[in-house]
Amino acid sequence: MPHGTQIDSILVQLNALAGGLFLLSTFGMVATRQVQGCLRFFIVQSIFLASSMLLLGLHPLSWHLIAVAIINLINKPIIIPWLLKKTVSEEVYARREIVQALNIPISLLVALGLTIGSYYLAAPLLKVGAGLPALVNLPVGLAALLLGAYTLTVRREAVPQLLGLLSMENGAFFASIAIAPELHLFIELVVAFDVLIAVFVIGVLTRAIHEHIGTTDVGALTALKEDSSR
Amino acid sequence: MILIAILVLPLIAAILCWIAAVGKRVAAPVTLGTCVILLVLAARTAYLVIAFGRIVAVPGWIKVDALGTVILLLVTVVGVLATLYSLGYMPRMTHDKDLLYHYYGNLNLFIFSMVAVPVVVGPSVTWLAVEFTTLLSVLLVGFESSRDALEAAWKYAILTLTGASIALFGFLVLFWAMRQGGGDNYTWDGLQAVAGHMPPVLMKTAFLTILVGFGAKVGLVPLHTWLPDAHSQAPTPVCALLSGVETTAVLYVILRLMPIAHISLGNDAERWARIFGLISVGVAACLLVQVHDYKRLFAFSTVEHMGIILTAAGLGGAAAHYGAMYQIVAHALTKSLCFFAAGAVLMATGTREIASVRALIRTSPLAGATLLFGGLAIAGAPPFAVFLGEFGILKAGINQGRYVAVGLLAISLVVAFFGILLHVNRMVLGRPEENAAGLPHIPLTCTVTLFAAAIPVVVLGLYVPDFLHRLLAQAAAIVGG
Repeated sequence: MPHGTQIDSILVQLNALAGGLFLLSTFGMVATRQVQGCLRFFIVQSIFLASSMLLLGLHPLSWHLIAVAIINLINKPIIIPWLLKKTVSEEVYARREIVQALNIPISLLVALGLTIGSYYLAAPLLKVGAGLPALVNLPVGLAALLLGAYTLTVRREAVPQLLGLLSMENGAFFASIAIAPELHLFIELVVAFDVLIAVFVIGVLTRAIHEHIGTTDVGALTALKEDSSR
Repeated sequence: MILIAILVLPLIAAILCWIAAVGKRVAAPVTLGTCVILLVLAARTAYLVIAFGRIVAVPGWIKVDALGTVILLLVTVVGVLATLYSLGYMPRMTHDKDLLYHYYGNLNLFIFSMVAVPVVVGPSVTWLAVEFTTLLSVLLVGFESSRDALEAAWKYAILTLTGASIALFGFLVLFWAMRQGGGDNYTWDGLQAVAGHMPPVLMKTAFLTILVGFGAKVGLVPLHTWLPDAHSQAPTPVCALLSGVETTAVLYVILRLMPIAHISLGNDAERWARIFGLISVGVAACLLVQVHDYKRLFAFSTVEHMGIILTAAGLGGAAAHYGAMYQIVAHALTKSLCFFAAGAVLMATGTREIASVRALIRTSPLAGATLLFGGLAIAGAPPFAVFLGEFGILKAGINQGRYVAVGLLAISLVVAFFGILLHVNRMVLGRPEENAAGLPHIPLTCTVTLFAAAIPVVVLGLYVPDFLHRLLAQAAAIVGG
């Protein structure tokens, strides 16, 4: 039977691995050209979010974190893709190419810059004395937050924009595992519910845009602005 | 008990509206009835809060103090007016009358989310309530399903939800800061108790991310771009709610955070509030001048007023905080009146373009007179409420010795004043066009709403009733810490 400290160090290392893979899947969302691929990377990202929660919940044993991990594991990889399929019509969902403002190699470079930047931003925060897991979770979570925001800005399709939004939320929660692990369980439950409503509302809106305007290229919606020609 | 009733009633009303068989017949009266009851309950809450300082419904979860009560009162007042206005406006202006029960169902949910913001005590629950204000109003903004309305709804959803995600990170860092400060109770009071022990770097990160994230929702520059779209494309009663009280309800969260940030960061918190506030006021004042759509005119004016209130909160001192609270009330009431007037103009003329509207005072006296009245009031002309608020803020700023901020604020206010009146004058006065046909009359409930909304704007400009003064003074003391 290994000592508690040994278990600890193994778990911290496994958590670091989960963090690395979480970041990698976030990069995948930036790099992929297809809506389906984007969704798959989001699912993978959510699974690694849940694994990090599970790993840090094992020792010292925290039923609370394990419960949150299970909520996430059911909510994001299973219910959200199903809900998206239900609300957004099939045609939009299976759309192949994502129109994007910047091309993929440049996007990856920007993503790399944002990741380095998030380590830089997290450094002063970590000085206040956080545990070992925070060294991984805070910068990686922050990176996912920034990369999600970046995806939102450059993607012009509706569904990938929504996924960028969800990836931001994943990033915030990835950071929270290390910095705010004792957040009330009730709140976690309501947040999970809130994410579902967000997916539902934006899904309905996407469908309405598709029906009434005939496109889901939301980047092309630029009629509203202060323009003297109007 | 009162607070729980306030939270539960709109949900019940929403369910009633959503059941198609019931909703198709009684959605409108149910919604109006609910809003009136909410207003009565909110008035009772205000009475109790003035007497006892606070009402606790569920310890640690649901509680309201003077600051929250101000928001609660405003939401319910504008809620009643907006619903009353909807009765006449929506059947006239909407394409699909069969779906109106959806509209009322969503309206109830939207009002629920807005009354939830000031009565919950946990920052994380407050974040959720703010998130719900977006989610439950997106479909109202896109209700018309026109190309423009859907575009506005999309931008609204994506930008404000992005802001909320950034703010979420801030709230998690705030939790971390509280734990590091030795706190155990993640409520606004619990935060205040340990604010002195929080690591300033964490508090600063939390404060700035929340200011930027929720700033997107409040409409602070540079994340305001969605606001003129959403606030102009939504159905008019919804515009009144969005512009009048939704922005304010989110600004309330930032005001809640100010005293906590002040303990931890000293004057830095106020400085950030002043910087963000003044940028918003200045940019919005300049953008006001070049609008072509009169609903966008009032939307930009909302950005301006949010900036004024944030600047006032950043000036520091009891007088400035009182000014901020007074301005919140004055803006919410006046801005909803402006949108009701804009809706009347839209009903009378059928266009939103400023250039196509002329000589309203002759072609449609009611719409013209209320538009002129609302325009003067919101621009800050004496003797209306907004004038009194702005004057009080400027005076408080001078007493605090913040001459630069006051100077910049005063210049922006003058620019905005002329910007608004320039457009309003053009629309209301002048010579009517030759082919001006007989215009449709304005529905009775809309007329009633216009008069009812105008009363407080005049009264508050002349004198502040004692109970309101005491409520605002208590609320200002809370912002002061």
